[in-house]
Amino acid sequence: MQDDSFISIRDVSKHFGDVHAVDQVSIDIAKGEFFSLLGPSGCGKTTLLRMLAGFEFPTFGEIFIDGQPMSSVAANHRPVNMVFQSYAIFPHLSVSQNIGYGLRNDKLSKAEMEFKVDEMLELIKLQGYGDRQSTQLSGGERQRVALARALIKRPKVLLLDEPLGALDKQLREQMQLELRALQRSVGITFVFVTHDQEEALTMSDRIAVMSEGKYLQIDTPNQLYEAPQNRKVADFIGTVNFFNARTESVAGGKVSMDAGPLGKLSAAPGKLEFSEGQNVLIAIRPEKFSISIEKPASGNAIEGTTDAAAYLGDRSHFYVRVNGVDKPVAVSAQNMDRTHDVTQTHQGQVWLSWEDDAMVILHED
Amino acid sequence: MVDRSLALPDSVAKKTTGPFQWLKSMYLRSEPFRGYVMLSPTLLIMIVALGAPVLFLFVVSFWTQHLLDFTPGFVFDNYITFLEKGNYQNLLWRSIKISGFVTILTVLLAYPMAYFIAFRVTKNKLIWIILITVPFWTSYLLRVFAWKIILGYNGVVNSGLAELGWIEAPLEFILYNPFAVVVTLAHAWAAFAILPIYVSLEKIDRSLLEAATDLGDTPRQRFFRITLPLSMAGVVAASLLVFIPTVGDFVTPALVGGPKGLMIGNLIQLQFAKANNWPMGAALSVISLMAITGIVCAFLWFTKRIRTQDL
Amino acid sequence: MSTKNKFGALGVFAVSYLAFVYIPVLFLPLFSFNDSIYVAFPLKGFTMQWYYEAFQSDGLMSSLKNSFKVGVPVAILSTALGTLAAKAVTRYRMPGKAPVMSFIMTPLVVPGIIVGVALLIIANMIGVTLSLFTIAIAHVPMCAAFSMWIMISRLEGFDKSMEEASFDLGEGAWMTFWRVTFPLILPGIIASLLLTFTISFDEFILASFLGGSEPTLPVYMWSQLRFPNTLPRVLALGAMILVVSFVLVYFAEWFRRRGTQIKTSSGV
Repeated sequence: MQDDSFISIRDVSKHFGDVHAVDQVSIDIAKGEFFSLLGPSGCGKTTLLRMLAGFEFPTFGEIFIDGQPMSSVAANHRPVNMVFQSYAIFPHLSVSQNIGYGLRNDKLSKAEMEFKVDEMLELIKLQGYGDRQSTQLSGGERQRVALARALIKRPKVLLLDEPLGALDKQLREQMQLELRALQRSVGITFVFVTHDQEEALTMSDRIAVMSEGKYLQIDTPNQLYEAPQNRKVADFIGTVNFFNARTESVAGGKVSMDAGPLGKLSAAPGKLEFSEGQNVLIAIRPEKFSISIEKPASGNAIEGTTDAAAYLGDRSHFYVRVNGVDKPVAVSAQNMDRTHDVTQTHQGQVWLSWEDDAMVILHED
Repeated sequence: MVDRSLALPDSVAKKTTGPFQWLKSMYLRSEPFRGYVMLSPTLLIMIVALGAPVLFLFVVSFWTQHLLDFTPGFVFDNYITFLEKGNYQNLLWRSIKISGFVTILTVLLAYPMAYFIAFRVTKNKLIWIILITVPFWTSYLLRVFAWKIILGYNGVVNSGLAELGWIEAPLEFILYNPFAVVVTLAHAWAAFAILPIYVSLEKIDRSLLEAATDLGDTPRQRFFRITLPLSMAGVVAASLLVFIPTVGDFVTPALVGGPKGLMIGNLIQLQFAKANNWPMGAALSVISLMAITGIVCAFLWFTKRIRTQDL
Repeated sequence: MSTKNKFGALGVFAVSYLAFVYIPVLFLPLFSFNDSIYVAFPLKGFTMQWYYEAFQSDGLMSSLKNSFKVGVPVAILSTALGTLAAKAVTRYRMPGKAPVMSFIMTPLVVPGIIVGVALLIIANMIGVTLSLFTIAIAHVPMCAAFSMWIMISRLEGFDKSMEEASFDLGEGAWMTFWRVTFPLILPGIIASLLLTFTISFDEFILASFLGGSEPTLPVYMWSQLRFPNTLPRVLALGAMILVVSFVLVYFAEWFRRRGTQIKTSSGV
């Protein structure tokens, strides 16, 4: 076991009949980390979270939390608490009774209990809401109560199952920041499940991108975006352009490639291994391109025709058709100049240019 | 990721062994196990008080009785008796016909009522639903009994009509015939037919109806192309819920049926009372049950075929 | 939908239908107050005599007591069984769930006479004396099936994650039931108790086969139908049963549907 791993998921599989919801996953999560499980619905992320909570048990494998194996520990004896997707606020109890629900077994005096509940109400900025019926709360308030109810137990790990999914966009963005700040202040390990990549990128220390019961890559948000290790991750996080190429030489931390219509290119291989004469994919993010009417003086550049252009306020999007490339190339440009609408001027023939380190080389599959 | 699947710490290995730990882990892991543990008391009483007795009934139907003693065995005497006695067969056939009529009548009457509550009632829906459910739960015997005093020789109808001067002598044909049985049963089972149909109508997504209208259906077309097919499950359930129990009914024929309105249930009851031939009664019960099962299966097969053809 | 055609032909039909369902039954209370031994028009005048006579009758009072002795335990036991079964089938994934549920529901469709004779034969074979106990045994499967049906719609009416949240916050199965599940399904439990009691109280066929020398109220009523001079008394008795059943069932249904009406209107 790694020294810093606080939660250790080891070769865990969960089968529902013939369906392998989670398939031999091993993940280590450090203490105090904000860790996200990201993926489309049905990828196994929620099943994995429910196995951490103790609502499901692995078919194979073992989960350790703080060094303890969890295979025969029921949900109510685990040092974890959960914020449910639906919040699961008890409708027959008041806000205070909801928050204090988990304290019954702690044998506290009435005053101690009240104190703790008040402390939590303050933390979630709902002072004075204690006596309200939980059915009268708004979506955002319910979310906070669910959070307080879990945190009052001082869990070692807090599990969050798409807790922001039910909120509208503005409230969601606000809650993202608040949750992140809260996590830093309480120092509890958070395991967060979401299908919203932007949300995961904003909040997490590390993210596991999951697909069909397995994880594709575990990395920091920056690395997932800038250095994806396979096509699926590159495709799932943000927008990306893929170009086919063939390696010509691999030496001195450089891979030289023949990229057909894009010409001869060379870039650093990153963490992946390549050999000579291999078919590869070059991934370039839209914002890594520069778009211009004149041909740039030097560097990598190709000529194309603007297919479509859209003005989005802070930036503009272009789809540029390049001879020999199947799909139009997506390009994003920051709108730096208030008086100049590039979507109007950059019509027809344009030039795209990019740096060597804008390129990520991936295996083809 | 470092491979370390092989090296479990000692403490772990110790904790996961031992029969108690294994059982506990089994209980936690296996949802079917927990589910069946929770179901077991109910299943047990169902088996003891229903499953086993009905199976035993089947066994006894092959026994014979001489005076007061049963002769256990495996002979077909009772079944042969049934095949020899034309009036036994007629009685079963009549029961099936009467129940069939009752089923058609109740479903035809219930459908518009269920439709009305599901689609037309907007205010006080709860009251309407309660009004049609209350008879469902209350005394069946009393509902049947009411018809005896209504249709009786000196009953409500006859004395009422006489009072009005419309008839001279009481109408005898209104009681003690199969028609009286059909009316009484249709009344007594009315609530059983409404509920399943109502549920299936209520479940229909209203936007489907809007979509059909949007695509050019008239209300009439919409009913036959969307509403009716989608509520067929309720109609089928309602039919079975009325048909199956009414075949074996003996209360209604005994009260309002007269000799011409007797049903197989009366014959079975007789075997356990005056005639006192229990194995014969058991055989008649088994035969009725088989006949019902056969008809139900045929009905389900038939409705399924119609439904799949329509779509 | 416009309010204009709300009551049209269909509305008229609906009202006639309710009349068809209710009016025949209303003749029982009507004639129970009629001052004549004959159930016939014209009405002769108002009397409470038949009610008075009904209460004077020993047979009636003892059979009423018998009905309670059967109905109360049956209601409690079958509601407990129905709730457990409903919780199992709504909360756990398990193989064979559909056939098991159909099996539990069979008492709702098997003709009563068949269950009655089957139990009569087996009781006779193993030498159990027919009594109120055998009636109760016969009523439990039927009532438990109804109870399960009621409780399933109640349990499906609230989010399963409520119970998971309670586990997550440290409560075991028992305390989770008392602190979360029970308060949320309480209306369903009350409804189930009232309805299963009513069913058992009103049930005639099984009680007539399995009662031996201890008749319940419906069985007693049936035995009195043979004697024309006791008919008015039976009418009085029937009218009372009808009123009590109606009130019980009305409250039960009101309780049961009020909570789930908005969320799941299909929870019939």
